[in-house]
Formats: sequence, C-alpha cells, structure tokens
Amino acid sequence: MAPSLLIIGVFMVWPLVQSAYLSFTEYNRIQAARWVGVHNYVELVQDEQVWNALGNTAVYAVVVTPITVLLALAFAIFLNRPMVGREFVRTAIFMPFIVSMAIISFAWSFLLDANIGLVTYWLGQVGFVTEQGWLTDPQLAMPAVMLVGVWKSVGFYMVMYLAGLQSIPTELYEAARVDGASAWSRFRHITWPLLANQTMLVSIMAAIATIQVFDQIYVMTRGGPFFSTETLVMLIYRVGFQDLRLGYGSAVSWVLMILVFGLSMLQFGYFRKRAVTY
Amino acid sequence: MASTITATRSRPDFVHRLLLGVGGIVLGLAILLPIIWMVFTAFKPEADVVQYPPALFPRSLTLQHFADIWDAIPFARLYGNTIVFAGGVTIFSLLFDSMTGYALARLEFRGKNVVFVLIMILLMVPFQVTLIPLYDLLGSIGLAGTLPGMIVPRMTNAFGIFFMRQFYLSLPRDLEEAARVDGASEWRIFSRIITPLARPALLTLGLFHFQYNWNDLLWPLIMSKDIEGATLPAGLSMFVGQHVVEYGLLMAGSVLALMPVVIFFLVIQKSFVAGIATTGMK
Repeated sequence: MAPSLLIIGVFMVWPLVQSAYLSFTEYNRIQAARWVGVHNYVELVQDEQVWNALGNTAVYAVVVTPITVLLALAFAIFLNRPMVGREFVRTAIFMPFIVSMAIISFAWSFLLDANIGLVTYWLGQVGFVTEQGWLTDPQLAMPAVMLVGVWKSVGFYMVMYLAGLQSIPTELYEAARVDGASAWSRFRHITWPLLANQTMLVSIMAAIATIQVFDQIYVMTRGGPFFSTETLVMLIYRVGFQDLRLGYGSAVSWVLMILVFGLSMLQFGYFRKRAVTY
Repeated sequence: MASTITATRSRPDFVHRLLLGVGGIVLGLAILLPIIWMVFTAFKPEADVVQYPPALFPRSLTLQHFADIWDAIPFARLYGNTIVFAGGVTIFSLLFDSMTGYALARLEFRGKNVVFVLIMILLMVPFQVTLIPLYDLLGSIGLAGTLPGMIVPRMTNAFGIFFMRQFYLSLPRDLEEAARVDGASEWRIFSRIITPLARPALLTLGLFHFQYNWNDLLWPLIMSKDIEGATLPAGLSMFVGQHVVEYGLLMAGSVLALMPVVIFFLVIQKSFVAGIATTGMK
C-alpha cells in the first residue's frame, strides 16, 4: 500500500500538478521556467498548428469511434451463433489488439506502399488506383491510418459485446420468434436496447482511446504529409520533445487532458445514474 | 448474407454451421492478413520482397533475415531491454496493484476514501499530460534515459489497483474470516489465502501490463537516449526513421518482436478474455 501511494504521488500526482504549473511558463530545460501567465493559452487559441491537430484528432475520433463500435457489434452478433471454427475466428479478430501497434505498422506501411504494396496493388486491381500512394497523398493518409486504427481495436470491443450478448436470456429471442418477429426487429427491440450499457461503455472507451492516437501515425506518416495526420499527441510530442518548448507543450497537453477527462466524467456519470436506477 | 441464412432456418444444423464457419474463417484470415504477410515476408529472399506485382505467398524460403537481424541492428540489446522493461513493470505492478487493491477492498484505515477517490480521478487522466514534468523529474534524480527510469513510474497504476480492488470485492469473506479467527496475521492472510485465489485475476492483469508495456511506443521513445537504450517498438521505429532498411530484415525483426506477447496471449487466452468481459461489467 505505502509503496503504491509513494509511486502514485511522486510519479503521477506531482507531475500532473507540475504540468499545470509549466503550462503557465516558458521553459526549455536549459533556463529555469519563467512565469508568463496565460500567454501560452492565448497563443494556443491563435495557433493554426493546434487547430489543425485538434481538427485531425476530432475527425479521427468521429470517424473511427462509430465504425469500430458498430463493426465490433456486428462481429459479436455474427460470432455469437454456433459455427464451425468459431474459436479461431474470435482469436483472429482479437489478435490485432495483442500485437504492438508500432511494429505491425511497419507491415501496414509496406502493404500500403505506393509502388510495391500488396494492398495498394489489390485495390488497384479492383479499380481503386491512387496517384501518389496511400501514405504520401494528403487526402488519403488520414483514411489509411484510420483503417489501421479500426483494425487494431475492433476485436477488443467485440469481446466486450460478446460478454453482453451472453447475458441476454435466449427465451426473449424464442418468444419473439414465436410472435413472428423478423431478424431485424429482434435486433431492434431486444439486442440493441439490452446492450445499451455495453454500447455506452464501449463508445466512450473507444472515444477516449482514439483521442490519444499516436503509434501508427508516428510510424506510418510522422504526422505528414503536410501535417495532414498530425494529431494532438503527435503535436505534444513534437512541441515538447523535439522543439523543446516545454511550457507550451504542457499547455497543449492540457487540451488533451480536458477532452479525455470530460469524456471520462461523462462515462462515470452515466454509469452512476444507471447504478441508482437499477 | 448471414441474416438471410438465419431467417430461413429453424434450428442450427451442420451445413448451416459450416457455411457460417466458412464466412467466419474468410473474415478471420482477412483480419490476420498483415500478420500473415509479415511472417511470409520475413522468410522471403529480398528479391521476392520487392518484386512487382507483389505476391502474398513466398516463391522460395530463406532464414537469412533471421540470421542477419542480430548484426544489422543492436537487436539483442533491444530484445533484452524490452524483456527487462515489460517484465520488470509487470512483476512490480502485480505486487503493488494487488496489495493496494486488497487494502482498498478489505482493510479499514484512515483516508481510505480519499485514496479511492484519488485512484478514480487518476483513471481519467491521460498519461501524456504528465510526460514533460515526469521526464524532468527523472532527469533530476539521474534516471532519465535509463531502464530503471523507464520502469519506476510504471510500477503501479490506477487501472491495476482498481482492477484488483474489484476482484477482491467479489471474493467471499468467509475464508479470511476463518483465518482471522485462527489468529493469522493480515500479511499471512493476504499472501497465503488471498493471493492463490487471485491467480486468474493476476494472470489477466499480468498480460495487460506485459502486453501494454512490451508494445508501448511513446514512453520508451522519450525515455531512450539512443537506439541501444530503447525497447523493440521504439528502437525499431528510430532505426527505420534514420536508415534505409531491407523490408525482409525488418519483418523478420518484427516477427521476433511480436512473438512473446502472442505466445503469452495464446497460453492464457481464456482467462484473459474473461477478464476483459468482467472489466466491461463494472
């Protein structure tokens, strides 16, 4: 207990406080931090790079979150039926979650290579030809890293949905079938409402994770081309650890902090309310 | 497609399950494509790797890349660093997370609620916010850019404590009460009675910590001075950023880098998946 609190206090709480303080300073690690008041935050709201990163992060989150959640639900419903080889399929869909995003992104970079990428080639065969290649075209780089993002996490949320599906009593479906309900109306009136909790949990978890996207973007595009895939965490890394503008980097990181903390509070509030009503 | 099949059946028969299964297996293989391709490419001679049009299956096999990778980059160093980092974090985390989780679930002490609220708040904080001051802090005690510096801040975390607390809350109290009546100390109850019962939860949390840290990029990237001091994901990314690498070689390194986590997962798959399902039930 005591060692845990020591670690948490020294390596989590203290840096958090320190980061709030630094966000009001100008600091480059060579000279001591100099208090500049809200200057960083004033600069931040006028900074095109910040708006660009915020926009890219928002687009990424708004596209990837619903696609991941709906695909996860579809896979879960599909894999909830008896079928040959079901364990293999579940494991296969879950596997991307287990492997390192950075390392598997080397493979994805090569698969999407403009000249000899296998996926680029296959897509070309079915008529989708890219002029500049997926990762070097400012229009296509974002969809490419989104695809990898969905691929990586869909299996994780599928497992959470599968747990939810197994908690739905099968009698409900049998009764509905006796009443002549179609597959769609069974989904609409039984599965979907009874999975509402799961959907809420999964959606917020996915939103929180997508806002912090970094790994595949760092490996596949480094935020490029022309900053078209630079997200908030990429920007924090660049400003704080490459440009060594630590005060300003801290201020940008508090934008991320507010987004993630806000979403988490939403989740917390939602489930507390549910817990009371039940 | 799947729904039209189900609409016409009354009970699942073998043909139906087979048809669904074939669809499922195609889906599964499609999702595994990058991993399958990675393994095939690792065994392809370099001329085949860069051929056009590209092909999935190798025409001939070679082990050359697996032999060369150790000299082309400091691969053994990276591997060793990753084992020490992910292994160290996992072992310390399991110890500290479970002790703190147990204290929060079972013991009465002053300030318990404050600690619990603190853990709940920290669950909601993205770790990237603390990166800049954390690096400075480690620098001021001489640990920046070292493996211990990489490990120490991760030796426990809010998620692990919360996860273990939830598990201990679900255990029946009878056993420990009996031991308490017999005069066993709290430490003895924890180490001899509770911990063996917690084995499935500890395995699940262990894999969570192990795979998260083995795979992590941002933290090791910041905390390593150079490639020699990095973990596999960070070191390989740095190397690819600075040098032209043969793809076959990189894929061989990648296959070796992914292997421990994949094997660990396949071994304890059942309890790990069950663990995720229960996290969702909180």
